[in-house]
Amino acid sequence: MSEVIKKQTWWQRLSERYAHPVRLSRMGVLGMNRRNISYISRYNPRHLFPLVDDKLKTKQIALEAGVTVPELIGVIREQHEVRDLAGIVADCAGFCIKPANGSGGKGILVITGQDDGGYHRSNGSIAAIGDLERHVTNILAGLFSLGGKADVAIIEALINFDDCFSGFSYEGVPDTRVIVFQGFPIMAMMRLSTSDSNGKANLHQGAVGVGLDIGDGHALRAVQFDKPILLHPDTGLNLMNLKVPHWQTLLELSVSCYEMSGLGYLGTDVVLDRFQGPMLLELNARPGLTIQMANGRGLLPRLRQIEALGKKNRMTPSQRVEYAREHFSE
Amino acid sequence: MASRFPFYLLVGLLFLAGAALSIHRHITFDIPWLPGEQRQTWSIEARVDFVAHGEEVLASLAIPSTQPGFTQLNQTAASPGYGLSFVERDGAMRAEWSIRRAKGNQQLYYRVDMLVDPYAIPSLPVRPPAIRVNVEQEPFATAANQILERAVERSATPYTLARELIAEFGNQRQKAELLAQQKSKSLWTVQLLQQAGVPARRVHGLFLEDGRRRQQLTEYIQVFDGEDYELFHPETGVQGQPHNLLLWQYHSGPILELMGGSNSNVSFSMIQQEQPFNIALSQKFADNQLLNFSLYSLPLEEQALFKNILLIPVGVLMVVLMRILIGIKTSGTFMPVLIALAFIQTSLVTGLIGFLLIVGTGLLLRSYLSYLNLLLVARISAVIIIVIGMIAIFSIMAYQFGLTEGMKITFFPMIILAWTIERMSILWEEEGPHEVLVQGGGSLLVAIVAFLAMNNEVIRHLTFNFLGIQLMLMALVMLIGNYTGYRLLELKRFRPMLRDDHK
Repeated sequence: MSEVIKKQTWWQRLSERYAHPVRLSRMGVLGMNRRNISYISRYNPRHLFPLVDDKLKTKQIALEAGVTVPELIGVIREQHEVRDLAGIVADCAGFCIKPANGSGGKGILVITGQDDGGYHRSNGSIAAIGDLERHVTNILAGLFSLGGKADVAIIEALINFDDCFSGFSYEGVPDTRVIVFQGFPIMAMMRLSTSDSNGKANLHQGAVGVGLDIGDGHALRAVQFDKPILLHPDTGLNLMNLKVPHWQTLLELSVSCYEMSGLGYLGTDVVLDRFQGPMLLELNARPGLTIQMANGRGLLPRLRQIEALGKKNRMTPSQRVEYAREHFSE
Repeated sequence: MASRFPFYLLVGLLFLAGAALSIHRHITFDIPWLPGEQRQTWSIEARVDFVAHGEEVLASLAIPSTQPGFTQLNQTAASPGYGLSFVERDGAMRAEWSIRRAKGNQQLYYRVDMLVDPYAIPSLPVRPPAIRVNVEQEPFATAANQILERAVERSATPYTLARELIAEFGNQRQKAELLAQQKSKSLWTVQLLQQAGVPARRVHGLFLEDGRRRQQLTEYIQVFDGEDYELFHPETGVQGQPHNLLLWQYHSGPILELMGGSNSNVSFSMIQQEQPFNIALSQKFADNQLLNFSLYSLPLEEQALFKNILLIPVGVLMVVLMRILIGIKTSGTFMPVLIALAFIQTSLVTGLIGFLLIVGTGLLLRSYLSYLNLLLVARISAVIIIVIGMIAIFSIMAYQFGLTEGMKITFFPMIILAWTIERMSILWEEEGPHEVLVQGGGSLLVAIVAFLAMNNEVIRHLTFNFLGIQLMLMALVMLIGNYTGYRLLELKRFRPMLRDDHK
């Protein structure tokens, strides 16, 4: 008898810590291996990757396609151009300097205002023009790029964040990640920074992921460190009250990135500007899987539904958004 | 999916080809599946004694070469002052000693190692002797003819004729005794066989028994039927070669030819040895390039090198398993394999301590380097120099404390260590110490698993001896590359999703 009990508890302990693969696949949870084989390598041609890995290229094709992006103030490509920095930013109140090939939000310097004393950084300190120039030099040397390749510095206008998310995010920028598959928005999530994530919107660093309903952009579920939560860990606001405004525009913006980039399986990161509405921040050719946990749903059923759908090519972006809002809403 | 068929066909073909190659090697070259099997070898020493007359001496001894049942491994000869050469004469190998002037008792030694090898391939083909008919004087000719006639009547084939001849010598005692006055019975048998048109000759064999000394050769009669031959014992007529009989002289020719000496005698002593099969095999293949595509034909040093190279696919397979099926994160895809290779040289515990010491100290020093804001190539170069410095310091310290184990730290691949430090350090800055622990621990875990697999005696044996295994590993890796299921750690990661599925 005791052996049977022991066996049960052993089994229970195991099933408490590990999901049964059959139940996961019944939920349609997409795993890393299947994502890589069946979606990324099948729908994302390798030669298009540089378009999304290089933020400058992304910005250029977005501008050509008429997709809203933060205004580009200037680009510094060579070391001798660094001297022009002060002239480039002379007329801007706020701007940010970022590396074109940066990863994980590294190397982004945000200046909220400038006066005679110098440049006011977002963290409150004041920087001299020399500090900015050294930062650009570091970017050009590849300090922040993957593999240390020589890089290009981009100077962008500051985004005026919409106040509708105040209290939901600690310090950093809340952005909305939409997975776009063959031009259909199939799942969305908002990423809120926390004190754990040091103001960064990276989920594995401790940012909160809030699953959003494709139908109208309201919160479904929230996770931090892959565990479900209800309240924002820093501000204590109920995350379920979150609802993203300009939802239709936001989805249409994300969907138009499919035509623009040519990538079939795409993650778009969108921010809301107070004046200009949704703006494309960056694209991701290898979007992560945590969005499933934030939504409490697997990606596979929706991916398969789109794969099986006929006449996809004849649909306009707004028709695709319409289809998704109708079919992928709770 | 139909489009996957060529892929599975390729994988299946690779696997089958690998398996077939391995089985072929197992059967053809008698390479055991498991390591540690012993092979029997015999060390045989022939000693030639004679009295020299004080003038030039030329002694020529028949020596055995690879023959059915035995493979010759190596041979040496020792005789002070004599010149020595191994020559081939009339399709047989001979050892020839020569000296300008020698007087008194002389001893010449010849030593050969023979491997008991059912798959031996004779180095020199065995050819039937040419038929030579001697004309004998009376009364021997009549007596011999009578014996032969009786035997011919009662036989059908060369082998039965030989058996009947030997039996007839026993039956017709008086004639046999008469013939024995002229020459020995075995010579008569051979001569009568030749007379009847059957190629035959007298050979000399040595019965192998462990630890015997002062043994003599035993006469046998070799009877040919076309290309095949059988051995017959000249007294009993028993057909066939006893398993412990080594043919010493089995081509036409004398055992010992001696010029300039007399009272010669050849005696044999032997011991049996058990050798691991790989030593025996590398000796067997040492001077036999045309025989097969085997790593045993390489010099010993290159063999040792290949032993490690051929293990890398096993380590790589471990990485593939751990990353794709389990989902462990490592820093640098195949860095764990290289670390595991270093562990093989250093032993696991020493290797682990050394690795942690170098990477830990390296991370501390590297954190200072990041304040200096160097360009990447320069920074990594600095880290490489730091690593080399640390290895030198740790080796010296270990040596001073009398820990010779610590010297093995030099086996670590320094460039790889430098990159590991660099990557870990960037990881620390970008993702925090937790991720360093996860990836560093993951890398070490994979390295240990790869080490355990690569250090396994059976796996070392299989990868080195069966090149077909490489094809099978290739098929396996390709098959895993097609796996779209969940990783083990994903089952854990996605576990919270199931909880409200229940409610």
